[in-house]
Amino acid sequence: MSDLKRGEMQLSGHAVTCVRGGRQVFAGLDFAAVSGEAVAVVGRNGSGKTSLLRLIAGLLVPAGGKIALQGGDAELTLPEQCHYLGHRDALKPALSVAENLSFWADFLGGERLDFAESLATVGLDHATHLPAGFLSAGQRRRLSLARLLTVRRPVWLLDEPTNALDVAGQDMFGGLMRQHLSRGGMIVAATHAPLGIESRELRIGGMA
Amino acid sequence: MTALSALIRRDIRIALRVGGGALIGVLFFLTVVVLMPFAVGPDLALLSRLGPAILWLGALLASLLTLDRLFMADHEDGSLDLITMSRTPLELACAAKALAHWLAAGLPLIVATPVLGLLLNLDMVATAAVALTLLAGTPALTFTGMIGAALAVTLHRGGLLMAVLVLPLSIPVLIFGVAASQAVIVGPMTFGAPFSILCALSLVSLVIGPFAAAASLRHGLD
Repeated sequence: MSDLKRGEMQLSGHAVTCVRGGRQVFAGLDFAAVSGEAVAVVGRNGSGKTSLLRLIAGLLVPAGGKIALQGGDAELTLPEQCHYLGHRDALKPALSVAENLSFWADFLGGERLDFAESLATVGLDHATHLPAGFLSAGQRRRLSLARLLTVRRPVWLLDEPTNALDVAGQDMFGGLMRQHLSRGGMIVAATHAPLGIESRELRIGGMA
Repeated sequence: MTALSALIRRDIRIALRVGGGALIGVLFFLTVVVLMPFAVGPDLALLSRLGPAILWLGALLASLLTLDRLFMADHEDGSLDLITMSRTPLELACAAKALAHWLAAGLPLIVATPVLGLLLNLDMVATAAVALTLLAGTPALTFTGMIGAALAVTLHRGGLLMAVLVLPLSIPVLIFGVAASQAVIVGPMTFGAPFSILCALSLVSLVIGPFAAAASLRHGLD
């Protein structure tokens, strides 16, 4: 799009239709987000919030319409520029906290931050060598957040990101999201609870 | 390359930790082969004639036993989503996972073969022949089994389906693996012909396996 400033990105969906298991979840959905903007996807249970995130992440194929990212790295596809934080946290219980994180850092590649630093940011630096199987639900979520910090991606797709986080954890996460937005990133989050940052609301599937 | 070696290292590490699948396959292999002499009885000539077939059957069943977890564990904890989204082509990621599985679960079977050869009254040459055919043939079992493992994830059905899907594909490997070993022990065929076909089967599955598995995973995204 020509009205984008240099270095600015826009994520947009046009007339996106999602069909799952033969049932139409939503149809004709339009949305847009630009650099530095957070979109909170709200709606009742089963309205397709998670499906929308998975459509953007390329993990579902839209039944109609299209989703595109303008102004990003032209050599990469949209999913390759996204972080997806879902209900399932992609952690291996047999591996330690550090092993889990350094694996994802190596595997996902790209620009990266020292993982000891990101573990300290999310408050897990005391548990580096603990197997991930011993972590509490909140600690597992914090470790997943450390993945978002260690590997840099412009688009964050977050599914109920504050689940299981305590109050201090939610504050910490709010700070991380603000930092990400100020660096020109964007966030699309499916949520029931307030996100804790300025965000534009995208309501799907009628009134909650 | 870092991405793939990281994936291989992680899978091997998980397989070797407590609760990992690597030892289950070897233990199963040991159990099957150790029990066989007791079931067949003390006929040494019969044992050495059956030996290669027993070792091959044991290895085939052991690799089927552990293969169904190849993608299932990553699917259940969401890792597969991130692997699909990553900058590494899914075909290469599948190949890396299969290689890691073979290193952790297939290679120990071959290492155990010389010990088990003693129990089956196989001499040095025969044992070496069986070990060599297993070395050439088990990659084919892993890489064709991977297709079944990917389909099992896609179709949300566990182990049984995988065995049914993979068995027909592994029959040629079994036939030529046993034929090459028998050629060394009883003749009259040469070792080279069936062994070359076995190697060819492995090479074909190395190429087809990752593409078929990745296609199946992509098709079954949900």
